[in-house]
Amino acid sequence: MPIKSGPPLLSIDRLAVEFVTPQGRVQALHDVSFQIGTAEIVGVVGESGSGKSVTAYSILGLLPAEARVKSGSITYLGRALRELGGAELKAVRGSEISMVFQSPQTALNPIRAVGAQIADVVRAHSPAGAADAAVRAIEALREVRIHAPERRVHAYPFELSGGMCQRSVIAMALACTPKLLLADEPTTGLDVTTQRAIMDLLIGLTRSRGMSTMFITHDLGLAAQYCDRVIIMQNGRVVEQGATEQIFMNPGQAYTHRLLSATPQAHTRLIDLIPPSEQQALGVSSSLLRASKPTRAAVTPVLRVRGLTHEYPLRGAQRSVLGLFGRRHRSGDDSRNKFRAVDGLSFDVAHGECVGLVGESGSGKTTTSRLIAKLVKPTAGSIQLSGEEIADADPRAFAKSAKRRLVQIVFQDPAASLDPRRTAFEAIADPLQRLARIRQPAALGRRIRDICDLVDLPQALLGRYPHQLSGGQKARVGIARAISVNPAVVVLDEPTSALDVSVQAVVLNQLDKLKRVLGLSYLFVSHDLNVIRLMCDRVMVMKGGRIVEQGKVEDLFKNPQHPYTKSLLDAIPRIDFAWKAGSGGKLLSEFP
Amino acid sequence: MGLVTFLLRRLIAAVPAVGALVVATFVIMRVLPGDPAVFFSSSPVPTAEETAYVRQKLGLDRSLPEQLLIYLKDIGSADLGMSFTTGRPVLTELKERLPASLELAISALLLALAVSIPLGVAAAIWSGSPLDHIARVVSSIGVSMPTFVTGLILTYVFFLWLGLAPEPVDRIDMFITAPPRVTGFLLIDSTLSGDWIALRSAAARLVLPSVTMAIFVLSPLTRMTRSAMLGVLSSDFVRTARAMGLSDRTVYVRYALRNALLPVLTTVGIVFSTMLGSNVLVERVFGWPGIGSFALNALVASDYAPVQGFVLLMGLLMVAINLAIDVAYGLADPRARRMS
Amino acid sequence: MRHISALVSHTRRMIAHNWVSLAAITIVTFLAFIAVVGPLMTAYDPYVTDLANVFSPPGKLHWFGTDQLGRDVLSRVVASARIDLSVAICAVAASFTVGVGIGGLAGYFGGSFDLWTSRIAEMVQVFPLFVLAMALVAALGNDLRNVVLATAIVNLPFYIRLARVEAGVLSTQLFVEAARAAGNGDARIISRVLLPNVMPNLMIQLSVNLGWAILNAASLSFIGLGIRPPTAEWGIMVAEGATQAMAGHWWLIVFPGFALALAVFAFNLLGDALRDMFDIHSR
Repeated sequence: MPIKSGPPLLSIDRLAVEFVTPQGRVQALHDVSFQIGTAEIVGVVGESGSGKSVTAYSILGLLPAEARVKSGSITYLGRALRELGGAELKAVRGSEISMVFQSPQTALNPIRAVGAQIADVVRAHSPAGAADAAVRAIEALREVRIHAPERRVHAYPFELSGGMCQRSVIAMALACTPKLLLADEPTTGLDVTTQRAIMDLLIGLTRSRGMSTMFITHDLGLAAQYCDRVIIMQNGRVVEQGATEQIFMNPGQAYTHRLLSATPQAHTRLIDLIPPSEQQALGVSSSLLRASKPTRAAVTPVLRVRGLTHEYPLRGAQRSVLGLFGRRHRSGDDSRNKFRAVDGLSFDVAHGECVGLVGESGSGKTTTSRLIAKLVKPTAGSIQLSGEEIADADPRAFAKSAKRRLVQIVFQDPAASLDPRRTAFEAIADPLQRLARIRQPAALGRRIRDICDLVDLPQALLGRYPHQLSGGQKARVGIARAISVNPAVVVLDEPTSALDVSVQAVVLNQLDKLKRVLGLSYLFVSHDLNVIRLMCDRVMVMKGGRIVEQGKVEDLFKNPQHPYTKSLLDAIPRIDFAWKAGSGGKLLSEFP
Repeated sequence: MGLVTFLLRRLIAAVPAVGALVVATFVIMRVLPGDPAVFFSSSPVPTAEETAYVRQKLGLDRSLPEQLLIYLKDIGSADLGMSFTTGRPVLTELKERLPASLELAISALLLALAVSIPLGVAAAIWSGSPLDHIARVVSSIGVSMPTFVTGLILTYVFFLWLGLAPEPVDRIDMFITAPPRVTGFLLIDSTLSGDWIALRSAAARLVLPSVTMAIFVLSPLTRMTRSAMLGVLSSDFVRTARAMGLSDRTVYVRYALRNALLPVLTTVGIVFSTMLGSNVLVERVFGWPGIGSFALNALVASDYAPVQGFVLLMGLLMVAINLAIDVAYGLADPRARRMS
Repeated sequence: MRHISALVSHTRRMIAHNWVSLAAITIVTFLAFIAVVGPLMTAYDPYVTDLANVFSPPGKLHWFGTDQLGRDVLSRVVASARIDLSVAICAVAASFTVGVGIGGLAGYFGGSFDLWTSRIAEMVQVFPLFVLAMALVAALGNDLRNVVLATAIVNLPFYIRLARVEAGVLSTQLFVEAARAAGNGDARIISRVLLPNVMPNLMIQLSVNLGWAILNAASLSFIGLGIRPPTAEWGIMVAEGATQAMAGHWWLIVFPGFALALAVFAFNLLGDALRDMFDIHSR
């Protein structure tokens, strides 16, 4: 990248921010300094708690009431932003420096048309009248490549998809041609293909307008693909900064090294997610690694699914007036009244195998996970677990049957899957008491301590409540609970998507270790192809309730057949330079 | 869906509600233990023939479903029975007295809103400040005092002691002729006929009773406004609005308040129900000639036809109010209009 | 046992923190004390008339003055606490147990049971509560038992709706699904997962509802329904006092009125205190 000459656009110098909480003062930023030049894209990368969002909010003076800037300066084109009064600061926001946020659907006023919101921004920064502003709103929507902007201008946020909402927010942010855009995780929560489209749009607009963008993310892959420079943050400090290629090829700091290792797309082996220095602590011995895959005797697969189908009845729109009395409008054509979430799925999972199920939102993968875990009864189809048919069992009755312990589930959101009024100990004890009938306190305690050792959960944490545990610890409790009764199959529903990337690295390795040691079989549901590539033996791609392609992981990645699979693979951030990361890593030229 | 479709759907949905309420009134007044024939006689101590006649007319010697049909027929032909205390048809009495009660309830509501919304908004914007605490304490006290106590104390202080308020009897001074009846709302009628003396008198008498009613509902309204406003002010879209540099006024009014008023609107429906309930008490304390005092006098005299009519009318009013709130909500929140 | 001691220590810590909760708990305890023990402590019998001493203003002999029959107002106010509180507690207890039971099951199981429950509850709720209570007491007969019954019936839809919503929302939570995967049947999930998580909010509403029930009972007796003279009850005292107050005997309204307001206020405040106490995140 050409070296920037001339004064920087934005200069942050020794910024310190603290929060006043009921528990005392918490320092969110310590001595943060960096610069952003004209026409450059700077990535700010960090995990949760790194302070990357706080930095962005400080720039525009949007910190919440309990936060204050303790010291330091923020200079924009020579003006000290901290010293600006109310009106001056509002003049800067939106027209000089703009911001886009995460969760686009909640970022827009739900009861105001999208065009009106853009027009509000236009009129706040220029003397344009209502008619002019409306025209500019349409133009702004056209710039973000929204189809038929004249119509969309009257749409409400709830009528738009996540991707379209984000485009609208970007339109609002760019409507008054700012010079600097702060993008706070703008694609988190969006589908992988939408993510790609939004990133391309953002970067494209930035380049074509000669703007600068500060791109905040936790995803190193995205930073590698799109940014000129990268700033690594941890715990409110800048750990390292420099040109992207420099940082990735030659990380100076241990933390950077750890982050790079933890990024799934750089590796082929799960263990490589963790820097060699820390691998020992994991308790993953190399002998365990080298162990070949367990011999697959020609036995029946542990999980056998045929023609699995599930439909949800539709409400509301299909009701006539009579429906007010609770009678459903019966039509001959059932398809009007039902939504088919899962449509005729068939697959096998062999003993000790980890089969991945990948798809975007609406693909039916979550419903499938619930069906296999026997939390929902399918409309049709067969599920055979260790040879026994379980599809027709009602979930409530199944909970009390002996077969319940054979299939367990680890949920996506560890926080939501733990009863807030129960300690970690009680959460893990529950299935042991119900399904393994271990009621005697001594035996129970022993068993739980053994399980804690297996999942690397410190025993001191057993007495804590969920809100007193970190994300990674909660995830481990959820896993401990699931494997405690020695199930045959564990359904893992995006078990690490809510976790920081370095925590994910550890948890994935632990899951793999557990699989080998306990002889488990996994159905691993995820939207993240890279994680699936590392964890799974085989993978199935789902779209619209159907499996569009399945096969061995290496085959699918090297030689995708179905166009949808190809588009999914295409959407994975591409890294353009030869990046070597960690021992055993491969050069990127070898990736598709 | 379009606005008109939405309105029509809501209207149609209200029909079964009205039907249910008519049947419910029947259940309450007839099916419960007690001899309705005695209740619905036209004199306090009915003779045997009278009771027999009433029994036959009400169809009490017939089966329950038949009774229901007779009842429905009566309602359908707008026959709510006779009040023997006043000697006039119940329907006529109710029609005449309804505007009095409505005028009271509506003024009380407007008064309450005029105080609680600004108070709630201020408490939210300056959350944690002394103003916030005062607002909370004042409204908590207001809701703890029963309306009849508040009314009596206010009368004592402002009428008896300070001599500022007029006598708590009737809606207008005895010696002033009421304006010609157009709507039945004295404030409107006297304005329409330009009768300023009547207007002053009517307004003066309206003050204490509406303040009494309003004090009671200040708490839920202020609380809801405050919490809705707090929620909205910390929401993502207000953050976006601020980040885009919109002015304080635009952010607070167009973005925050409009959204915060939605749950407040729902609260208004509940509040109106409370007010109609306490209507009986307030009318008793202030001698207000509305439907509440009519029903109460009848009840005390064991004249039950007016009570039944009163209950029916209250239910109808609530259905109408809920419908109006629903429609207003649909106008304000496009998400409520979608087919889902 | 562990839960209770944890709760107690948490309460102690929180009271030290928050004077509002302290005030609430103090006042409610005081009221309970008055209701139970009060009548034994007052100097006068609330029913004994003393026609030589009518309408005496508050003074050394009679702290709250005397009424139109020479009865000591203070004793009557204290005696009334017992009646009003017991009516309120009975009525609320009844509607709480039945309402939460029905509503909770409806919210958890859904289906047509849920549909019909909410339809019926809606039908009852369309009438303003006080009007309905009035009509019920009138129809059932004018005595104390019917006041309790009417209050309980009128209050039922409130709990049905509350429990229904709470149970419904909770049933969709991931940890309920997790409990099912761990082998818990419906009965266990309802009793050991749903109930503890739903209770806090229910307790808060219960407290506020008690305040409402007291108001309701007093309002009914004010208009002459239910409890009747010569029983000492706050509503009746205000009603009797109202006719006399215009002659300047303010103490006949103020003291019973104030007692009424204090009771309701205390329960409302207690609701707020409970909300803080059950907030597990502040532990």
